[in-house]
Amino acid sequence: MNLIQLQRAEASPAARRRPRRDRAAMPWIELVRFAAGAIVAHPMRSVLTSLGVVIGVAAVVMMTSIGVGAQKQITSRIASLGSNLVIVQPSAARLGGGGGFLSQGAGSGISLRDGDVEAIRNRVEDAVAVAPLVRSQAQVVAEGANWNTRVEGVTPDYMVARDLGLASGRMFDDREARQGRKVAIIGQTVAANLFGSSDPVGQRIRVRTVPFEVIGVLEAKGQSSFGQDQDDVVMAPLQAVRSRLVGRRLRGDTVMSIYVKAASDDLVDQVQEDVTNVMREQHKIQPGDDDDFSIQNMASVLQASQAALATFTILLAAVAGVSLVVGGVGIMNIMLVAVTERTREIGLRMAVGAKRHDILIQFALESVALSLVGGLIGLIIGVLGAFVIAKVGAWPAAIPAWSGPLALGFSTLVGLVFGAYPSWRAARLDPIEALRRE
Amino acid sequence: MIAFKDLHKIYIMGEERVAALDGVSLEIAAGEHVAVVGPSGSGKSSLMNILGGLDRPTTGTYRFDGEDVGGFDDDELAEFRRRRIGFVFQSFQLLPRLSALQNVELPMVYAGVSRGERRERAAAMLDRVGLGTRKGHKPTQLSGGQQQRVAIARALANGPDLLLADEPTGALDTHTGEEVLALFGELNAEGLTLVVVTHDPDVAAQARRRVTFRDGKIVQDDAGVAA
Repeated sequence: MNLIQLQRAEASPAARRRPRRDRAAMPWIELVRFAAGAIVAHPMRSVLTSLGVVIGVAAVVMMTSIGVGAQKQITSRIASLGSNLVIVQPSAARLGGGGGFLSQGAGSGISLRDGDVEAIRNRVEDAVAVAPLVRSQAQVVAEGANWNTRVEGVTPDYMVARDLGLASGRMFDDREARQGRKVAIIGQTVAANLFGSSDPVGQRIRVRTVPFEVIGVLEAKGQSSFGQDQDDVVMAPLQAVRSRLVGRRLRGDTVMSIYVKAASDDLVDQVQEDVTNVMREQHKIQPGDDDDFSIQNMASVLQASQAALATFTILLAAVAGVSLVVGGVGIMNIMLVAVTERTREIGLRMAVGAKRHDILIQFALESVALSLVGGLIGLIIGVLGAFVIAKVGAWPAAIPAWSGPLALGFSTLVGLVFGAYPSWRAARLDPIEALRRE
Repeated sequence: MIAFKDLHKIYIMGEERVAALDGVSLEIAAGEHVAVVGPSGSGKSSLMNILGGLDRPTTGTYRFDGEDVGGFDDDELAEFRRRRIGFVFQSFQLLPRLSALQNVELPMVYAGVSRGERRERAAAMLDRVGLGTRKGHKPTQLSGGQQQRVAIARALANGPDLLLADEPTGALDTHTGEEVLALFGELNAEGLTLVVVTHDPDVAAQARRRVTFRDGKIVQDDAGVAA
């Protein structure tokens, strides 16, 4: 059988009827093979082309991880602080207005008194704990070990307000607090730095020059929402700290903040309103005048910081997204070069029977493949990068589950968008012109 | 098999209208071996492009086995080229990335032939054109004559009704050119319809029929010296 007969014999009866169109298009897998072949043919160029998308996707993944990590952390930290907590602090912001500036003077920002604490305790019904606090930074010494830490003067109510627990020992009681006994509860960080692994309870420490007896160790609490180590603290009766440690700068009845814990989440707003009213009365603030204190509840802090962080995350991702667009432009550039370089190939493919959309899809697939492979590599690098940031850096990084589909989805989109024009150019080439091209 | 009736192809270049084909009527029967000759610009390339379904006439009809090819859209033309036409170009037009075998497979890919069958048929084609031992070679590893034979194998891959060759020996030396022509002779003897566009009198002489173009018109249509 000769060659021509061989070919004819293979044609099925259906083929011999020769419909003008056959609907059985070439299988996609073949187009994928063509695209893959072209990519593999120039490995270096393909790698460099994808690099833009690699960097873009890696950046987006890392940035969203940082943002989401921060969001998660702050949420859990603020929740651990107690979302039904209302915090009263002196307001330093009484600038402007008639004589406001002059009347302030040094230390005028500190405007909370024991009397305020009492008033709140007596008059705000839904408060389960009202805890005043003074704070100072001090050098603490124990048997030659030395540690600079935060010293807080508190009352036993503070444990309730902040949901603090003890790892060992006990909290001082109300009587000891009133007497200003020199007893202290220390945080885990302080315990570790002063006493190593030995039990601190019963040991003596000196805070600046004042000796205290350690009677308890706090449970570990970790970092606060503002990046503070909550275990790096020494707590002692308010009276003792105020008179012995920060007294020089304070009037004898001054407190720096007041923590008020509402009986439940729903009562937070009510408590905040009541506290505000009590404080305005205490401070004799006329209707229409500004408060000389600030009052925050943790729920609103949580909301505000979450909103801020969400914005921050979007901003980070958007900045990173710019590099993804730059990567897309790189792909478009190379695809345009490829179309020019392979004009004759396109003409030849058309001559042997490729339809315009076969060419279109082949080049679009090539572009998407470049972008998608870049996206995949970028995703891996981004995830690893986020891990490194979480491990090495102080920044919490959490990789949200949606970052994978998002990264791959976006890189496919980039490939499609930036491959569309080159592919369209390839598909609309005139086969005669294309074959003639040198 | 092929019937052109009063074919015109007009290009608009700026203000001017250039008639590349100016009323061409031509019939070619199955199994013929036709040489199309004429000086450059005489319209033979335009004829070839229309014949091969790469281009459409401006006016006039082109029927191929009764089908109105002149009225096909782009997809139908692609389909037509795939099924019915095998192209052989002066510059071979092999894809440099692909092996000889893969080059021959290419038209069958667009025809949706399965991979295994494609491979088998392409190998048989290469055996047939005498390149059975060079299947894995890239075009750059082959001589000009070998490359043209790969191109011929590719043109035959989908079992075309018509083999269209444009200066098939133009890039070859005399000896390899003769080999390619001999292969054409064999294919024609097996029943394949052959249309060769050429300047070369030796190539034209091999055809049984010679159609001469000048200024977009057929000026002569006669039997050449049979090979």
